[in-house]
Amino acid sequence: MTGMTARGEALRTQEMTINMGPQHPSTHGVLRVILTTDGEVVTRAVPDVGYLHRGLEKIGERVTYAQFMPFTDRLDYLAAMNCNCAWAWAVEKLAKIEVPERAEFLRVIVAELNRISSHLIAFGSFTADMGAFTPFLYAIRERERVNDLFEMICGNRLTYNYARIGGVSGDAPPGFLEKTKEFLDYFEPKIDEYNNLISYNKIFVHRLANVAVIPAEEAVAYGMTGPNLRGSGVPFDLRRDEPYSVYPKFDFKVCVGTGERGKLGDCFDRYMVRINEMRESVKIVRQALAQIPEGPVMAKVPRVFKPPAGETYFRSECPRGETGIYVVSDGSANPFRLKIRTGSFVTMNIFEKVTKGLMIADIVAVIGSFDIILPEIDR
Amino acid sequence: MEALARSLVNFVPVLGGVPLWTITLLVMVASAAVVLVFALTFEGVGSLVLRKVAGDIQARIGPNRVGPNGMLQFLADGVKLVLKEDIIPARADRLLFRLAPYFVFVGSFAAFVVVPFGVGLIAADLNIGIYYVMAVTSLVVVGILLAGWSSNNKWALLGGMRAAAQIVSYEIPVGMALIPAVLVAGSLSLQAIVKSQGGLFGIFGWNLFHDPFAFFSFLLYFTAAQAETNQTPFDLPEAESELVSGYNVEYSGIRFGLFFLAEFGDMFIVAALATACFLGGWNVPFVSVAALPPVWGNLLSLGVFLGKAFTMVLIMMWVRWTLPRLRVDQLMRMSWKYMVPLTFVNLLGVSLWLLLFHGKGIPQMIASLFG
Repeated sequence: MTGMTARGEALRTQEMTINMGPQHPSTHGVLRVILTTDGEVVTRAVPDVGYLHRGLEKIGERVTYAQFMPFTDRLDYLAAMNCNCAWAWAVEKLAKIEVPERAEFLRVIVAELNRISSHLIAFGSFTADMGAFTPFLYAIRERERVNDLFEMICGNRLTYNYARIGGVSGDAPPGFLEKTKEFLDYFEPKIDEYNNLISYNKIFVHRLANVAVIPAEEAVAYGMTGPNLRGSGVPFDLRRDEPYSVYPKFDFKVCVGTGERGKLGDCFDRYMVRINEMRESVKIVRQALAQIPEGPVMAKVPRVFKPPAGETYFRSECPRGETGIYVVSDGSANPFRLKIRTGSFVTMNIFEKVTKGLMIADIVAVIGSFDIILPEIDR
Repeated sequence: MEALARSLVNFVPVLGGVPLWTITLLVMVASAAVVLVFALTFEGVGSLVLRKVAGDIQARIGPNRVGPNGMLQFLADGVKLVLKEDIIPARADRLLFRLAPYFVFVGSFAAFVVVPFGVGLIAADLNIGIYYVMAVTSLVVVGILLAGWSSNNKWALLGGMRAAAQIVSYEIPVGMALIPAVLVAGSLSLQAIVKSQGGLFGIFGWNLFHDPFAFFSFLLYFTAAQAETNQTPFDLPEAESELVSGYNVEYSGIRFGLFFLAEFGDMFIVAALATACFLGGWNVPFVSVAALPPVWGNLLSLGVFLGKAFTMVLIMMWVRWTLPRLRVDQLMRMSWKYMVPLTFVNLLGVSLWLLLFHGKGIPQMIASLFG
């Protein structure tokens, strides 16, 4: 922009560099974004990740397979159950351990409950980012109920740590399955309440529709996974397309963005995918509760567990996309090499591209719609 | 004021020896203090109720620790704010930084002077009441801009810029939406506007029911005023999730407290103006306040006025805790493309109505039909 002063000199404007984060209410943790702005318009937003790097992969080489389980809780603290199970499934695939069916059912139940609670946080914090604080507290209200269930089954409310290599830490306590069913009956109508309260609110839709549109080819090219990929209209879900555990036994829909309020692949689509996925998770848990067999919940795994030499890659559908675990064994008690691929980290690749030319308020919307979590990005 | 001072001298003969201007000054200071104390108390108690209501809306409890049922929370908060360290950033413009909260505070509280709380309860019945309110509340934007600029913080600067653009934009629809009330009453004085709404059982005389345009201008005023006072969905200047806290991000202690109080005061002023201009002010339905003994008349009308104003504040809170925030370009578009033209059309509508029906509203016409 140029203008003239009264004396006829050309006015000069200058771009401003703003440091957004690592401490900022809407970066969902310690993400730092370096914004170059022209007034309110962002000309460049460069994410600077790494503030939460704990070296989980290296730690994995120094501890035994079983000892690494608690570290996976911290991989994605909002979906610890999913990460626990992912690690268990990966090691079981490596060591070819047969897991009792009841354990698999319990894993699926807690994983899907955790998906619900993780999506609740995604939904709640996203709306809070958009300036509506009430839905956040509604989401927290429901999440407490999931936490109560998890406390019942494993004693913890955040870092759950329920799965074990070869099964789960213990059978579901008496009353757990009934309480889970009660929760589902309570929770399912709440999704409609959210939609009435905020999802189709005019201001909310206006803030999200047509913002940060990611076409399907681009989403695939950048390696996006999970709800962010499905938001662009790509029907890819590992639970259906590369089935593991007992997922083939369940009937559920893969939710994709439909571009119902704007272009396909905008922030609103990514948001709606999560809302709809909560419904599907409820469906899966209901079926699992109906089909769960009796039996043991732990396979026979030797005390000093040494998988045969070899390597394996296992990927599972976590709430924030695909969590892929590549583990190499040299036959000793510790993994020789461990590599974890997480959905949030890969999603950050496209951040700079989609945020070009948006406004500062939209940056917040993009971060919220990606539903990133920093321990997953930095590991 | 001088009349009041004279009557005081007549009432207490001892004061006869003191020059009149001293007494006038004292009366002025005293009434200012009364207004301020009243406003602060009201805000304290009001904030408590609102926090409880907000808690209810958000499925939580709200303050419940200090005093019975959390009733003394506002005192605890006030004491805390006063005792906190007052930090001025090292590279801030110290003079402007200190000055800014006073602009905001004064701009918001000076408006209390002309609010007609009851039949005789008004600190100064200025004959340009509404004009005065619009003028002094404009001071707020100067304070916010100063705060944003002097903090030497980019978030604060962005917040200050947003506030300036927003408040200036929405001042026009706010003023235009208030004019219908002025036209109907034929006066800028808030007391006169309230009195003009006294007829027909004290309800049907309200400007709200005067004609469709007046009703519409109430809605326009209420929406635009929310934006002018930076309430959600128009809380862009502080936008916690975007600008951290906007223009007041570097303030702490009582300086922050002043911003906070001023925001609350603004909210009440908006509600009070809406009440006075459209909802009949202190007129008590079915009771003629002027016929009652002064003490009872004043108390009753005060209660009714506060009740109405409080209801409006509650509605604002309800909106605030329900809606998300607009983006800055959407905010500007809404003001200049929709609200400003609408308020002008509306003003034209009211003027034509007054011309065509000789100043009579729909309720008056119906009443005259039935004799």
